[in-house]
Amino acid sequence: MAKYKMHMLVCGGTGCRASASDMLYENLKKEVQEQGLDNEVQVVTTGCFGFCEQGPIVKMIPDNTFYVGVQPKDAAEIVAEHALKGRKVGRLLYKDPVKKEQIPDSKHMGFYKKQIRIALRNCGLIDPENINEYLAADGYEALGMVLLEMTPETAIKEVIDSGLRGRGGGGFPTGVKWKIAHDVKGEQKYVVCNADEGDPGAFMDRSILEGDPHCVLEAMAINGFCIGATKGLIYIRAEYPLAITRLKIAIEQAREYGLLGKDILGSGFDFDVELRYGAGAFVCGEETALIRSMEGHRGEPTFKPPFPAQSGYLGMPTNVNNVETYANIPVIINKGAKWFASIGTEKSKGTKVFALAGKINNVGLIEVPMGITLREVIFEIGGGIKGGKKFKAVQTGGPSGGCLTEKHLDTPIDYDNLLAVGSMMGSGGMIVMDEDDCMVSVSKFYLDFTVEESCGKCSPCRIGNKRLYEILDKITKGQGSMEDLDKLRNLSNVIKDTSLCGLGQTSPNPVLSTLDNFYDEYVAHVTEEKCFAGQCKDLIKYEIIPENCVGCTACARNCPVNCISGERKQVHLIDQSLCIKCGACLEKCKFNAVTII
Amino acid sequence: MTSVKLKLKENDVQKIKEICKSFNNEPGELINVLHKTQEHFGYLPAEVQEEVAEGLGISVAKVYGVVTFYSFFTMLPKGRFPISICTGTACYVRGAEKVLDEFKRILKVPVGETTPDGKFSITCLRCVGACGLAPVVMVGDKTYGRVTTDGVKDILKEYENE
Amino acid sequence: MELIKLTIDNRPVEVEKGTTVYHAAKKLDIEIPTLCYMNLADLKIEHKPGGCRVCVVEVEGRRNLAPSCATECHDGMVVKTNSMRVLNSRRTVLELILSDHPFDCLICAKSGNCDLQNMAIKMGVRSIPFQGEKSTYKPDYSPAIIREMDKCIMCRRCETMCNDFQTVGVLSGINRGFEAVVAPAFERDLDHSECTYCGQCVAVCPTGALTEVDHTPQVIRALADTAKTVVVQTAPAVRAALGEEFGMEPGTLVTGKLAAALRRLGFDYVFDTDFAADLTIMEEGTELLDRLGRFLGGDKSVKLPMLTSCCPGWVNFFEYYYPDMLDIPSTARSPQQMFGSIAKSYFADKIKVERKDMVVVSIMPCVAKKYEASREEFKVDGNPDVDFSISTRELAALIKGANIDFKSLPDEDFDKPLGESTGAAVIFGVTGGVIEAAVRTAYELHTKKTLDKVDFKQLRGLEGIRSASVDFNGVEIKIGIAHGLGNARKLLDDIKAGKSHYHAIEIMACPSGCIGGGGQPLHHGDSSVLKARHKAIYSEDEMKVLRKSHENPYILKLYEEFLGKPMSEKAHHLLHTHYFAKKLRHIDID
Repeated sequence: MAKYKMHMLVCGGTGCRASASDMLYENLKKEVQEQGLDNEVQVVTTGCFGFCEQGPIVKMIPDNTFYVGVQPKDAAEIVAEHALKGRKVGRLLYKDPVKKEQIPDSKHMGFYKKQIRIALRNCGLIDPENINEYLAADGYEALGMVLLEMTPETAIKEVIDSGLRGRGGGGFPTGVKWKIAHDVKGEQKYVVCNADEGDPGAFMDRSILEGDPHCVLEAMAINGFCIGATKGLIYIRAEYPLAITRLKIAIEQAREYGLLGKDILGSGFDFDVELRYGAGAFVCGEETALIRSMEGHRGEPTFKPPFPAQSGYLGMPTNVNNVETYANIPVIINKGAKWFASIGTEKSKGTKVFALAGKINNVGLIEVPMGITLREVIFEIGGGIKGGKKFKAVQTGGPSGGCLTEKHLDTPIDYDNLLAVGSMMGSGGMIVMDEDDCMVSVSKFYLDFTVEESCGKCSPCRIGNKRLYEILDKITKGQGSMEDLDKLRNLSNVIKDTSLCGLGQTSPNPVLSTLDNFYDEYVAHVTEEKCFAGQCKDLIKYEIIPENCVGCTACARNCPVNCISGERKQVHLIDQSLCIKCGACLEKCKFNAVTII
Repeated sequence: MTSVKLKLKENDVQKIKEICKSFNNEPGELINVLHKTQEHFGYLPAEVQEEVAEGLGISVAKVYGVVTFYSFFTMLPKGRFPISICTGTACYVRGAEKVLDEFKRILKVPVGETTPDGKFSITCLRCVGACGLAPVVMVGDKTYGRVTTDGVKDILKEYENE
Repeated sequence: MELIKLTIDNRPVEVEKGTTVYHAAKKLDIEIPTLCYMNLADLKIEHKPGGCRVCVVEVEGRRNLAPSCATECHDGMVVKTNSMRVLNSRRTVLELILSDHPFDCLICAKSGNCDLQNMAIKMGVRSIPFQGEKSTYKPDYSPAIIREMDKCIMCRRCETMCNDFQTVGVLSGINRGFEAVVAPAFERDLDHSECTYCGQCVAVCPTGALTEVDHTPQVIRALADTAKTVVVQTAPAVRAALGEEFGMEPGTLVTGKLAAALRRLGFDYVFDTDFAADLTIMEEGTELLDRLGRFLGGDKSVKLPMLTSCCPGWVNFFEYYYPDMLDIPSTARSPQQMFGSIAKSYFADKIKVERKDMVVVSIMPCVAKKYEASREEFKVDGNPDVDFSISTRELAALIKGANIDFKSLPDEDFDKPLGESTGAAVIFGVTGGVIEAAVRTAYELHTKKTLDKVDFKQLRGLEGIRSASVDFNGVEIKIGIAHGLGNARKLLDDIKAGKSHYHAIEIMACPSGCIGGGGQPLHHGDSSVLKARHKAIYSEDEMKVLRKSHENPYILKLYEEFLGKPMSEKAHHLLHTHYFAKKLRHIDID
């Protein structure tokens, strides 16, 4: 086996692939071969590094040089300069936006400094399509330990003691969940991995599945042993083709190595995993709806109790856990519950993966210890607000969560703190908003999503959320009243109190938290018919500032409805009766002459 | 759901029977069967659903109920170049709605439908997971990042002569 | 069984472990309102989706409100069913449902009998705070059932009855969210689906979304037309239930008042379908003996078991699902159709009225009878044997509309000759009754002996599938009985697989037989109503002097004067039929 002197890790996450990282990978391989270096330099595709804003990423091992924004055509230079001559390619190094200096090693980057990568430990490190790399990274050690040195009870105790809580959003203590499923009697039990990551703007689970599929398989096998299940099912969104492919490869390889299948590692324990596909229904991320979907039905949730642990898939005891929850299991077994519990806060142990997105400089995937503050995440790791604008709000928990404001920025992130301030952890989507975001509009956006995704089974969610949306829509069109604001609140509370499943029970959260934190904005929409953020089309106007307009005609030429008139070198004018408020003129103007009022 | 009629040929019927058989004709495998069937035919017209119902021994109403529940399944053929606009939160916050409106305006079709010449169809996607490139648009398998309202016509221009 | 104690509205109650809060409350006479939960305990049908969210209650220690129908009691539980929080939520949920509901009460068929309307009345709703989009759907008019999905509240009871109990599988929830509704595949109309018109969906719908086609205007027009002779027949099951529409206790027999009411409505001749039931027994009994005789004599070509065929929902069912077995049901028509056929030939001749001037109306517990009356094979030169079939509910509406005080009517008799019937005829209204009636006659005709006991208790009961045997002079005749099409399917599948050992099978599409039909007064989810009607039918049988069909003197006269003998050529022509294979494929439609 060749011993490589250098490894080039190319990010193969969907985000970077969208920017041709697979072609970059091919080019690097070709260059390495052409330079006769293929015995010394290995080019590997890995999972997501997390720094999506700066992708495509190439990381060099062993000197840890971190290249950003690498294009396929840069392959030749990287190989020629760095591989052959040991010289870093300066122009591809990350430049700190504030200090303006180059930072070659990711350890020193603001984005990475405060991160602790546990669930993402192997993402960006190993080739997810090669089981040997997983094995080399302590892969399947935990499974071996559990099968050969522990009992279901001792292993469950370890998980309970670690304090791990469900990372899908519910935050239920994982070990306790396993214990319940362990205690229930059943002739055939099931372990289900919920990979139906439906929160728009969330891609934590996708990155784990694309970058380190084996850790999920290993964890599911451990789970199976603990509760007495011999069958595992992964319910994965159809919209994740790469993750599906990588999982299929991983399952095949694990079977080949006897790590899945009959009599694993000679322990007498059988366990195998099957894939089941979602088909585009957000509600199927709810565990009872997920189970109904796997059984071939419409994904309509069922009431709890009975819980899946008592009566789940095909009526059998079933344990459902999220991808990220599983990703933590092997390392908890390997390093011990005490180690895991030493990270995080009193009631929320370990780390959390967040998909940081929105009006932020460093959009990407991060993993931080529980207890870190929102301020640290947004301004240090996130690099602050894009374009130097003012921070307005941060949404956690997706459509089930709330918008937190300036005054919440020093909240240490954990399950209970976020609930206490009117939001929730959720699966990990974290969207940052700035002064140009209208909170009423944001609320409406989330309700639009909820109305689209509601299964329709129970009255409050099916009809109530629709009515909430309609009221919000009215308000964004300047047709709301103060009475509507009271209606929003009362209706929201009833929907929360009476809905059948988590989707309905949390769908009014965006409304309630924005009413709480941005009441003035609602009032302005209602009493003044004004959208100060400049977003609600019916309440804004695009206008040309005569003083700044030089008559370059760029706006008029790009206007899709030809509503801008003006001669060359003359001040232009927008015809309000034709303007469709698409914003193209604002985008094109280089003279700051277009404004929203 | 609007739909397009399709006259099934003998080998089409055989194919559906095969797919059902590959899942042991288990009613619980309905969704997997529909995925494979849609993969083959491109969409799921009524005639195909009837065959699936027969193959799995379940009622057609049940199959239709499942097809209409899940966004992934369609009874309309997609365009040769299916356009998916990500309307996830990250993309929304970066202007995806305006991009969607522009596509709708130029192509003159609502979301979920196909242009009369069968070239383009528009659907909304919830998060491709490339949030660093928001707003994201996919045409077929090709991903376009950081799309602006302005850039929409340029994207469409690429397919002008196809 | 373990007993647990809990408190509901500050009142203690003890229940068995596993009891839900809803039922525990019932023990205290607290009726928690619900729109979707339905428990037909005597038929073992429980529909518990937990979807309407009207029955929610406060449970101490639980963060959100709990659906009482789906929440099991635990020891020490403290429940509040009418705290302000609960009442506010319940009212808001109701307001939401009403905000997506047409305000058609004035002209809705369900007005006065609607669960949703009753709830709105009880809660004193005067305005709806939520105005917005309302779901609208094209109404669906089939020969028997009308679907107006604008009024659907997604209780899903119809789905449970159609798919789980009847296993017909025509209905399913479709679409998602606000657009979700219950519909046939591809949102086709019912008459382009495999709907058997059994009407069980109508029987359980809490609103006016599913109702029967209203034929009362046509009946009124006929009654008002002096040129027409209007003849009415009324099914056995009607007399055991009609009283409920006038506030009488379920299970009150109102046969005499029924005849009196029909007379006062202006029908020229008030006859009884029971007469034709006796006729059906003559024909079917003879057919059964014939087949049995040949089979037991070694004729391998004879198809057994023989299936009864008087239930049109059942006939539709086997035409769709067992089209290759159309030679095993009896060829005898149903009593409704036999009546019409005889009325417009034998009776019309007697009173010298032309066929075209006679209108035959039937009062049925059933909505499928409307479809049956419209079948082409039951017409002569386009003129139907039965012109209009109306349900028990429609008759009640006619009586009320005519300002007749039903309860104070005297008991009257049916007219002759088509109004005389035996006890065997009346038990057609319950599961097991048809075959018992057939056995009473077949036994005596075959053995030439007189039965000392006419009650065949082994054929009675409410279990979905029953097996019994009757000793025909040393020969054991095995009989199978099923009510509910799901149970029928099980028996039919056995026949298909060659595993059936029955000689005769009676099938009724509706739970507990015709008394549970889709046209009967609504039971609103209380199966004890069906039990009471069941008892009433058998008691009318017991009260009758004549209890065997072949003893009906008017039947004997009919054969003597007109038909000759059972299965004669004339009988075949007028009283028998054949069946059609039905299959629906998308390509055949539109």
